[in-house]
Amino acid sequence: MSDHPTGIKRWLFTTNHKDIGTMYLWFAFTMLFIGGAMAMVIRAELFQPGMQVVNPNFFNMMTTLHGLIMVFGAIMPAMVGFANWQVPLMIGAPDMALPRMNNWSFWILPFAAIMLVAPMFIGGDFMAGQGPAFGWTFYEPLSGQYDKLAFFIFAVHLLGFSSIMGSINIIATILNMRAPGMTLMKMPLFVWTWLITAFLLIAVMPVLAGVVTMMLTDKHFGTSFFDAAGGGDPVLFQHVFWFFGHPEVYIMILPAFGIVSQIIPTFARKPLFGYASMVYATAAIAFLSFIVWAHHMFTVGMPAAGELYFMYATVMIAVPTAVKVFNWVATMWKGSMTFEVPMLWSIAFVFLFTIGGFTGLMLGVVPVDFQYHDTYFVVAHFHYVLVTGSLFAIIAGVYYWLPKWTGHMFDIRLSKIHFWVSAISVNILFFPQHFLGLAGMPRRIPDYALQFTEFNQISSIGAFIFGGTQLLFLYIIIKCIKGGDKVSDEVWEDAKGLEWEVPSPAPYHTHATPPTVK
Amino acid sequence: MSASHITKKLAVLSGLLLAPGVALADYALNMTQGVTEISNDIYDLHQLVMWICTIAGILVFTVMIYSLINHRKSKGAVAAQFHESATVEVVWTVIPLAVLVAIAVPATGVLLDIEDPSKSDVTIQVTGWQWKWQYNYRDEDLSFFSSLAADSNEARQLDADPSLKVKADNYLLNVDKPIVVPVNKKVRLLLTSNDVIHAWWVPEFAVKRDAIPGYINESHFTATKTGIYRGQCAELCGKDHGFMPIVVKVVEQAEYNAWIKSEKAAIAAAAGDSNKTFTHDELMAKGETVYKANCAACHQADGSGGGPFPGLIGSKVATTGSIEEHLKLIIVGKGIMPPFGAQLSDADIAAVTTYERNAWGNNTGDTVQPVAAKAAR
Repeated sequence: MSDHPTGIKRWLFTTNHKDIGTMYLWFAFTMLFIGGAMAMVIRAELFQPGMQVVNPNFFNMMTTLHGLIMVFGAIMPAMVGFANWQVPLMIGAPDMALPRMNNWSFWILPFAAIMLVAPMFIGGDFMAGQGPAFGWTFYEPLSGQYDKLAFFIFAVHLLGFSSIMGSINIIATILNMRAPGMTLMKMPLFVWTWLITAFLLIAVMPVLAGVVTMMLTDKHFGTSFFDAAGGGDPVLFQHVFWFFGHPEVYIMILPAFGIVSQIIPTFARKPLFGYASMVYATAAIAFLSFIVWAHHMFTVGMPAAGELYFMYATVMIAVPTAVKVFNWVATMWKGSMTFEVPMLWSIAFVFLFTIGGFTGLMLGVVPVDFQYHDTYFVVAHFHYVLVTGSLFAIIAGVYYWLPKWTGHMFDIRLSKIHFWVSAISVNILFFPQHFLGLAGMPRRIPDYALQFTEFNQISSIGAFIFGGTQLLFLYIIIKCIKGGDKVSDEVWEDAKGLEWEVPSPAPYHTHATPPTVK
Repeated sequence: MSASHITKKLAVLSGLLLAPGVALADYALNMTQGVTEISNDIYDLHQLVMWICTIAGILVFTVMIYSLINHRKSKGAVAAQFHESATVEVVWTVIPLAVLVAIAVPATGVLLDIEDPSKSDVTIQVTGWQWKWQYNYRDEDLSFFSSLAADSNEARQLDADPSLKVKADNYLLNVDKPIVVPVNKKVRLLLTSNDVIHAWWVPEFAVKRDAIPGYINESHFTATKTGIYRGQCAELCGKDHGFMPIVVKVVEQAEYNAWIKSEKAAIAAAAGDSNKTFTHDELMAKGETVYKANCAACHQADGSGGGPFPGLIGSKVATTGSIEEHLKLIIVGKGIMPPFGAQLSDADIAAVTTYERNAWGNNTGDTVQPVAAKAAR
């Protein structure tokens, strides 16, 4: 009866955007738990001063792999998963433009992930920490000291292939396969944010590939791009890395803006305020992301003129970001709001992402950055942006579209517990880290002076609660896939958009005949 | 309720919840004001930006919370259908821009002060090593290494007795040999590195500057109060990044002059050691100290090694291999092992070589004298 292959072949050979989207999301979820488990090791070691759980090298390996796995394994693939599922549904296309390449972009990922973590297990002494331990930013010359560097480099190359192919596919789909009548300025904002994100990815992933290739030839073929002793320049590494790394930050947050911009209007029962300005703000943020990279390296010893330029350009980002927050608030203003679970996560996103945005502005002011740089203040900042920003938006998106994907409503009582426990514990986890940083605790240290004890303990307790609660999320999703109350095609009262016009659950093939958009 | 009041309450509350035994509650909430003019300027700038953000946050969140309370369906709110206004968009683009200018103007002034290391009184070259700092007083021909204090180093081992941390003097923030600088004098720092990138950070001076191989970075501070100021490496530099603190003693000019004199005298006295002959037991005792301070971080105190760091128990280098090879390896390094030739004196190198060839059952019976180390250089 089935209109598609079954069993393992379905998943290996599938060219269906929904299957591939599902695989991306499960892959991201798996990596979220692996990276999360590493975060638990970090917080366990930092629960008290002194070394109790692992040695310093193993600790550095945990912070390194936690960062790499969360960025490249969890957040980015989850966003691509949403793009696969939702872009064709939302623009009225039958599938992605390049379905076979789509299959390949996904199936590269598990191998890249294996190559990234494999060095942990190569060699005789697991607890010595044999994997990469040079931080997710893999600064030279430290990373060049690592004997199994090639594993890391090829893992990054594979991730880059996957991202570039995925982005080409998304751009091709959005530009060529929109339903008749859907002009660019009628596209849902999620589609807009992904279109812009895909261009960012195509622009910067080759830069990342370039920098790791330079590392490879430095390590194995006798070049000296980054080796001062051979006439190279260690700071060049940082410029090239952050030319990739800063747009990368927006790659992780722009689709999150898109998701939240879909959810808030639905539950405020009011169209998104300032749609056009949202599009322009997204494009402005994307443009600015290319010209601010050196604000990650203010302590590197740039000339004062360079520092001033990067400070002015960086604080400018606050303007389009503020416009976005104002637009979300204006969308809620005089709406008729209800607080279903996706809306709860989106409201938490607006509150907490804004806090991360403020600390970002503070970090951009060069003289004070000399005190904040490489401390827990930075750790707190980017976790507010990436956990309560990107991850909260991802969770909001899962709750928003899961009923459409499965045809069932999730367990509302449990999902509200999931929300409230997460939203409170994530602040117990990350808010005290601001104080630790201001009091002078550097980041990436496995042990600390005694005056940092109390806030570290509070933070660790928050971490254990937040981490544990995500197991509930897993349970809620499995329960929802297996069964639950049937939902209507519209799912949410008066939800707007083409994805709510197809049946629930969304059939294997949708929009075989393009809908017409007025 | 004042901030300190809240802090105290929080301390009591979490003291009950968390760690009944630990009475070290600190709960510092804000940045240090520090002891230099620049650190005070930075503190003021930090307060300014933080309050601007706090007020902006309160404004936005108040509007949002008002809306969340009043514009809900359960209260019978009917959704308005307005969805754009060019005027509003322009207004809330221009206001943040104006606020940013208000931040950028003072920030520029402070930055230009920071980036002016001219007219300094004392110049110290700071070199980062994995994992210690080398200080070279450029005008005094005085150079020494500064590494984590022995009591902290013992207390931070994986299987150490937890009480050692409390007993240690300023756990993890103390060194064997601090640098000394005069008060109210402009101290210029020239920062570089011998291996990977480090960053020299003392919060009270608001100096944080990377030490990069192949580069000489400049920074400066003028401490206005005598005292002892502590900091840490702030750039991930490998395994023991968390264990290379910085201690600066700021003293009166006269005390500084006396210190320089006594340091120079000590160096002159030690110079004679290169030609001296020591007994086996003297070398073993000295060797153990040198080993613990320089080698144990990787090869472990019991010589067992681990991961990429080879064990020394029964290893070829430390037993059957020639003494000369052994000395060479210590002096010039190999792979990830740094060269110790510049950090250790001939007597230190001879002692640690003797120690490694006889400790942990290596029992070669070899005695290595400083002249051998001198010859191996």
